[in-house]
Amino acid sequence: MALKYELKQKEVWDGNMAAAHALRQAQVDVVAAYPITPSTPIVQNYAQFLADGYVDGEFVMVESEHSAMSACVGAAAAGGRVATATSSQGYALMVEVLYQASGMRLPIVMTVVNRALASPLNIHGDHSDLYLGRDAGWIHLIANNPQEAYDMTLCAFKIGEDERVRLPVTTNQDGFLVSHTAQVVKPLDDDTAYKFIGEYKPKYPMLDTKNPVTYGAQTEEEWHFEHKANQHKALMDSPAVIKEVFDEFEKVSGRKYNLVETYKLDDADVALVLMGSAYETAMLAVDKAREEGIKVGLLMPRVFRPFPYNEVAQKLKNVKAIAALDRSMPMGTTGALYNEVAGALAANGQSAIMTNYIYGLGGRDTTVEHILEVIRETEKNAKAGKRVTDLQGFINLRGPKLSFN
Amino acid sequence: MLQIRWHSRAGQGAVTGAKALADVMARTGKYVQAYSVYGAEKRGAPMTAYDKIDDKPILDHSKWMQPDYVLVIDPSLVFQEEIVENTTDDTIFIVTSHLDKEDLIKMAPHLEGKKVYVIDAIKISQEEIGRAIPNTPMLGAFIKVSQIIPFEDFLVSIEDILSKFPRKIIDGNLRAIKRAYEEVK
Repeated sequence: MALKYELKQKEVWDGNMAAAHALRQAQVDVVAAYPITPSTPIVQNYAQFLADGYVDGEFVMVESEHSAMSACVGAAAAGGRVATATSSQGYALMVEVLYQASGMRLPIVMTVVNRALASPLNIHGDHSDLYLGRDAGWIHLIANNPQEAYDMTLCAFKIGEDERVRLPVTTNQDGFLVSHTAQVVKPLDDDTAYKFIGEYKPKYPMLDTKNPVTYGAQTEEEWHFEHKANQHKALMDSPAVIKEVFDEFEKVSGRKYNLVETYKLDDADVALVLMGSAYETAMLAVDKAREEGIKVGLLMPRVFRPFPYNEVAQKLKNVKAIAALDRSMPMGTTGALYNEVAGALAANGQSAIMTNYIYGLGGRDTTVEHILEVIRETEKNAKAGKRVTDLQGFINLRGPKLSFN
Repeated sequence: MLQIRWHSRAGQGAVTGAKALADVMARTGKYVQAYSVYGAEKRGAPMTAYDKIDDKPILDHSKWMQPDYVLVIDPSLVFQEEIVENTTDDTIFIVTSHLDKEDLIKMAPHLEGKKVYVIDAIKISQEEIGRAIPNTPMLGAFIKVSQIIPFEDFLVSIEDILSKFPRKIIDGNLRAIKRAYEEVK
């Protein structure tokens, strides 16, 4: 039996420590991981918990991230609760197996610490890895601070393992800005956390040798489409379960999460859409802009996949101008959040003026002042009733001004 | 919001020091943030660590700050002008040096006119802990200069935070903290 960990009501944890404790409290059967900056401390802390007797499960050391995710797939198909952690290049190396995991409907939880992708090599935070896994068939939850990194990781198990979902889930936190930033975290005690997640219920476990099953079979043109449609439907239907889990989490923690988070959006003419730690920095910019008389609010998809497009459109229905801020270089088009939000508006017959900003690549600092400048620019569009600023701008980029129209 | 910037070399314990201070202040009911700015650095490279302390949750995740306190725990970094970046006339500097204040400012003219306190945290840590890890004595000096919490309360919290270490290390750190509290000027 794993030892109970004595936790204080308030701990000072960085995002990595918060995620590691959530994995410990979930009593994962198998963690297979290959450490990579900036998520290394998740794996390191978890291994320490295991060595100190706080975890009963297995920790499998592997030789690469491809092997890490492959071992996760094997353990999950065998019938265990399974988790791992990664970032950046490690995530990239896993991509092939991410699609396998979701296609086999294995509810693996992966705590991702978001980091830039090389080249050039960079260890700092941006959303390149999150966007890389966008279409991989995983649920992607976003955490903006260490508390949320802890909370989302607990929720991830309960969402992914629900028999109506049975899909893998990533939790995402910004490299260094959350993963290495210590803040006050209010954890649940071990029993409450475990009771919230619940016992793992295997579905079609391979170790049930009396009922043999096949995982990862080949299906060509006669059935492949139906399998993928089935998988897509599970993702599209998952918001109902995600909402249930968030509601249940509020009951045990007092903290309320939503598919779509907003800040001062109700009376807003101008909205910024962004996700990750910069969403919280942007709250301070909104407060300042409102002192200047700009009616501005924020929106964040807490769940990036499945993308809650109707809820997003609904919440933005009264705004005149929107700036979508992407923390990843879209390389040849507008950013993913811009595209998602524009699609959501179009699908609902809405026509707010939209612009796109790219920010924070490779850990580039994004301050309250920077976001305030975006708000002021976006307000120009709202006032003019048409787009008078650039379609795509770049926040805190050095050199001559870069923009696209 | 109280903002503190540490200047250190990687391996001297600024991150641990910043996290320990955040932990101490969180126990008094404050909200805190402790982080550092790394390159892909090796031991000995200059780096900075940061503390933010406030009565409400801290939402700003940008690295930029205008520090109320600058804590320099490596004696050679005192001579780098980076330590005065984004500071104001009110920013208080607590620096590690074996020199007295007047001699130090002559050699580090960027500190001219600044509010400077000096503590020989390297010597204290070498003598009391047995290693040049100047982070805890710097905390002792900071508590004295800032009077942010009663020293006795600080000692109770820091002893608990250090409790994972062997008794000898804890006692050495407590002696170093008390000495720095007395000797900073």
